[in-house]
Amino acid sequence: MEFAELIKTPRVDGVILHRPFMPTVEGTLCLTGHHLILSSRQDNTEELWLLHSNIDCIEKRFLGSQGRIIVKCKDLRVIQLDIPGMEECLNIASSIEALSTLDILSLMYPFFYRPMFEVLEDGWNSFLPQNAFKDLETMTDEWRLSEVNKDFSVCASYPPLVAVPKGVDDDTLRKVATFRHGGRFPVLSYYHKKNGMVMMRAGQPLAGTNGRRCKEDEKLINATLRPGKRGYIIDTRAANVAQQAKARGGGFESEANYPQWRRISKAIERSNILQESLIKLVEALNDQSHNMDRWLSKLEASNWLTHVKEILTTACLAAQCIDREGASVLVHGTEGTDSTLQVTSLAQIILDPACRTIRGFQGLVEREWLQAGHPFHQRCAQSAFSNSKPRQEAPVFLLFLDCVWQIVRQFPCSFEFSDSFLVLVFEHAYASQFGTFLGNGTAERVKLSLPQKTVSLWSWVNRPQELQRLTNPLYEANSLVIWPSVAPQSLLLWEGKQQGGGGEVTTHERGPKMRARSVGPTH
Amino acid sequence: MEHIRLPKVEKVRLLDRVSPRRSRVGTLYLTATHTIFVENEAAVRSETWVLHSLVCSVEKQAATASGCSLLVRCKNFQVLHFVVPRERECHDVHLSLQRLSQPERCEELYCFSYKPNVDEEERRREWDFLDLKADYSRMGLPNSLWKLSPVNQHYKVSDTYPADLFVPQSATPPVIVGSSKFRSRGRFPTLSYYSKENHAAICRSSQPLSGFSARCLEDEQMLEAILRSNPRSDFMYVVDTRPKLNAIANRAAGKGYENEDNYSNIKFQFIGIENIHVMRNSQQKMLEEAGSRRSDFLEGLESSGWLKHIKAVLDAAIFIAKAVAEEGVSVLVHCSDGWDRTAQVCSVACVLLDPHYRTLRGFMKDWISFGHKFSHRCNHLVGDPKEMSPVIDQFLECAWQIMEQFPCAFEFNARFLITIHSHVYSCQYGNFIGNNQRERIALGLRERTHSLWSYLWKNKADYMNPLYRPDHRQTEGLLRPSTAPYCFKSWRGLYNRFDQGMHPRQSAEDYLSAIQEETQQLEDQLASHQRVGPPTRPPEANVAFGGRCSSHQTATVPPIRPSHSTCNPAIRLLQ
Repeated sequence: MEFAELIKTPRVDGVILHRPFMPTVEGTLCLTGHHLILSSRQDNTEELWLLHSNIDCIEKRFLGSQGRIIVKCKDLRVIQLDIPGMEECLNIASSIEALSTLDILSLMYPFFYRPMFEVLEDGWNSFLPQNAFKDLETMTDEWRLSEVNKDFSVCASYPPLVAVPKGVDDDTLRKVATFRHGGRFPVLSYYHKKNGMVMMRAGQPLAGTNGRRCKEDEKLINATLRPGKRGYIIDTRAANVAQQAKARGGGFESEANYPQWRRISKAIERSNILQESLIKLVEALNDQSHNMDRWLSKLEASNWLTHVKEILTTACLAAQCIDREGASVLVHGTEGTDSTLQVTSLAQIILDPACRTIRGFQGLVEREWLQAGHPFHQRCAQSAFSNSKPRQEAPVFLLFLDCVWQIVRQFPCSFEFSDSFLVLVFEHAYASQFGTFLGNGTAERVKLSLPQKTVSLWSWVNRPQELQRLTNPLYEANSLVIWPSVAPQSLLLWEGKQQGGGGEVTTHERGPKMRARSVGPTH
Repeated sequence: MEHIRLPKVEKVRLLDRVSPRRSRVGTLYLTATHTIFVENEAAVRSETWVLHSLVCSVEKQAATASGCSLLVRCKNFQVLHFVVPRERECHDVHLSLQRLSQPERCEELYCFSYKPNVDEEERRREWDFLDLKADYSRMGLPNSLWKLSPVNQHYKVSDTYPADLFVPQSATPPVIVGSSKFRSRGRFPTLSYYSKENHAAICRSSQPLSGFSARCLEDEQMLEAILRSNPRSDFMYVVDTRPKLNAIANRAAGKGYENEDNYSNIKFQFIGIENIHVMRNSQQKMLEEAGSRRSDFLEGLESSGWLKHIKAVLDAAIFIAKAVAEEGVSVLVHCSDGWDRTAQVCSVACVLLDPHYRTLRGFMKDWISFGHKFSHRCNHLVGDPKEMSPVIDQFLECAWQIMEQFPCAFEFNARFLITIHSHVYSCQYGNFIGNNQRERIALGLRERTHSLWSYLWKNKADYMNPLYRPDHRQTEGLLRPSTAPYCFKSWRGLYNRFDQGMHPRQSAEDYLSAIQEETQQLEDQLASHQRVGPPTRPPEANVAFGGRCSSHQTATVPPIRPSHSTCNPAIRLLQ
């Protein structure tokens, strides 16, 4: 397929661009295979380069012979293009619609993008599991790196290498995989150096209605307990949801079979509900009526901050079990690819100072999200504006970033990165010239040869000039565990994220600078 | 002392509001000025001091097996929940505190017994710190357009106005007196702020006694004179800060608002800010929500309407500030008596308009002299609870909301506002006692009490904003804050001030201040070394410079007096 077939009108002159808080620009609009470009064709003026994949939805309006396209982006920006001529406008609109809904991974921009910067360190090799394991080996010899999944046959969403207890062999792992949702047998997520306790994650056990059990599964997780010690299983589902899962072949660890484990249910909401929450939140933010009477109840009705609170509370619980109770923890929900990862990654932010550095945070995103098999492609296919029927979309990762931001706000000197780093990661998760967030897991990334054919976001970030921009000047390494407050009075709305769509900025001195940055280093 | 029925109670429990399971056991002492709770635990003899004048209400609950609960709510939003073992004792403490927290005579107020270690001459100098006339001369007054009028010497025309007032050059005493007779409590239009740059002015007054049809030639001439004092403008705004319905209701009582037909070249405008009773109830509800642990906090906050009222005050101030700075048009502001809403709106407008009022010294402008009724609104003495209203809280909160949007535009920090808030209610300093200048002079406050402003100025290191950048494009001149609903936040730092677990655990501001202080020290050191001569330092001396981190650890906690501390103690835990 040629992109040219989809582009009905490649160029229109005299287009006027309106963006909140920025002067309007008049110029030429060009459509390429991957970008919508608006340029005033004068020196020293900023050009708009917008990735089609960043467009969530468009609206058309007509005022006489003048057409207007409102472009709503996945990163929550809203821009407006006034286009002279009705036919041009219709052509442009249908071209954008076609180009922005292309769902063929191999045609995505990262496969065409060539870096204009010098790669100092290939980000694809920066956070390999074997390197992370070397660090673990300096602390403990109770774990080994298993290659049981090297051809992705045991678990499609796991990477080829996973850390498991040393005493458990690969055959056992294969058996355990058949007992866990999606083959996601319990693997090591985090080792707490201070007391040697660990956090593991998995998919739900496939106990079903008749209470199937798996001796190997019990053996595997018991192998992580110290003699005479009990562990905690944190189920990220409400008790009744976990109970209902049995009818569909899922379920939870029964007390009889896992006497050394205490199960705690925490209700973190799941995909559709989160997606609706984001849509309601953004609607409330974009309400132009400036009516104080309804804003807070709309914010509350979106439940966004409630989700933030639930996730943070559960992460605090996991961290507490490990650090305060001196117990090991197993976290799972249903699939173990969404709320489970929110909890395990946030618990590490709380517990491990290394995760609060720029590089450490990249490593955390790699380990606990990308390699752990969070289906980015499905979850981030649409954002808050799209009116097409939702499939698997959910702002799971965005909620994680929001929670991180809440902790950053409470400990402003303990993080090496600034707000803008979190915003950057958010933007690139939804649309990017880099291959990092493409696909749904390591297997798909290997199949698409992403490391060979695309550039990693981390290659771009890990250069002195970028790092400097993303660094928090107040950072001073804090080796302690940081406990955030989850009182409703303590949770705030993350302005940085909303700036794009919010229409107005809350912090004038900071806002415009961040928004002025366009989609990336392409120009 | 005769009011203290029981000076000391043992084995009292103090419960934590946020997590009631956390409680401390100790001894409760009642003194003439303070309630003191001393924790028994020998290792950490922590003490909680509460000034009687800060106590807003004392509530005794029914006795239970574990003792009798005593709920002490303070005007600085501290809530102390004591459990006293025996009901008899609880009863005595209750009665004593009730009496002690509501003095009947002015002489009982704390400011008359507060005696810090300051000699008399210095105390007198404290009061010279603020010179109202200096602010007028900063504005370039008097000049050919505005003059200082002696008409209210001895408070003959309006007993709630200050003695020194600026009026238009063309306003003659008969016009002023005539106008004052047509205004509630004689509060005729007078100058509040004057812009040197474009001659536009903010004037304030009370409502006219217009009823349904009355008019007053002198009052019309007075407004004409104000208009003429702004030579470049051919009209002026008259802003009534009340909701239109309230203003109409006042007409039936012979009061009301200006009829555009009778005054030449005025544009009349209502800006609906609710009255003191609505505000009092709203704050009450808001405080209940702020203290709750319920998850529907936001909905509760909304139903209190508090942020809506804050937005109304800010909207009004923005309207006035824009009229002055952008249109160059003078504005006359009034409400009913012109001492609550008018005071708020004019002062917030000044903060928006003029960078001077965003400095430590400038903010201390005497908001007080135009007769905001501090004694009544803050309930310093036992009196009508219906007179109490959080007018000053709203002014301070507006300043804070603006500060949140313009973090580099203010020389001072939020701690400064919170400290002022505390002392408005504490009665420790003479500044906020009495209802107007006449009363203050009669009480001899300048002679007998201390001034808060000089205390704040002496401790200004605690109140400086390290991010202050007055020369920045966005912090110069008129500030234009956004009033989109989501820009209004709940001021946790004030209303949840004593709920320690809720606050950020580190403060970027304090951290920056510490760095600034340290940099200054190092620069001073460098300068003194340079004066001494060529460097003969041994190599180790470099370590002192390079080892910033270690010395920094201790510097992160700035010196904060515990009684005024707003920053969280957790930062100390992290060290």
